[in-house]
Amino acid sequence: MQVRIQEADFDVGSELAALRRADPRIGALASFVGLVRDVSGGAGVSEMRLEHYPGMTEKALAAIVGEALQRWSLIDALVIHRVGRLLPTDQIVLVAVAAAHRADAFAACEFIMDYLKTRAPFWKRELTAQGSRWVEARDDDDRAAERWRQPGG
Amino acid sequence: MLTILYFASVRERVGRAAEELALPAGVADVAGLLRHLGERGGAWEGLARIGNLRCAVNQQMVALDSPIADGDELAFFPPVTGG
Repeated sequence: MQVRIQEADFDVGSELAALRRADPRIGALASFVGLVRDVSGGAGVSEMRLEHYPGMTEKALAAIVGEALQRWSLIDALVIHRVGRLLPTDQIVLVAVAAAHRADAFAACEFIMDYLKTRAPFWKRELTAQGSRWVEARDDDDRAAERWRQPGG
Repeated sequence: MLTILYFASVRERVGRAAEELALPAGVADVAGLLRHLGERGGAWEGLARIGNLRCAVNQQMVALDSPIADGDELAFFPPVTGG
């Protein structure tokens, strides 16, 4: 299991290859890549800055991946999240999950992403023609995370 | 001593990223600390009233009625927007 916070871009192909590492138990590799869009709330976005809480971010992501490893039958998982200055079309986040079977890989990948959106301390600031503004949290993200709640969890 | 961190819009609101503060007498939880900070006036008064204010104690997200103790690292921030 690996969690990385970095300013640098990442190469999805080589990251997935490293995660598989020719492990013959892996029959399914699911991944999600989040990208910077050039529009938000009807306004054009020319640039985005991602701030985070060093220390807590890594812990929160490790806890989310740890919970996924408990809930599904997984072989490995990887989260890379970028911070700093990003431009439209840039990659922001990679979540990749390796499992024996696709159902576990798909579900865990979506779960990690939904929890990351609501529990990992990152904040986006967008630069638009009207100036810069903090991105508001979306109720949809809360509802998406809520789906995964278990009784007593 | 408490370490208090402020992030994103909350940091801009109070004009401060971090501070060290002796645990004020009579303050036992996050809500109590917010009341104490509010006594500074100005932008600090509004801190406790930010409807969606989030708090972490020792890098774990907690509810505002959570206890705090000397040596804790606290952080105040808006709802997260990563991914």
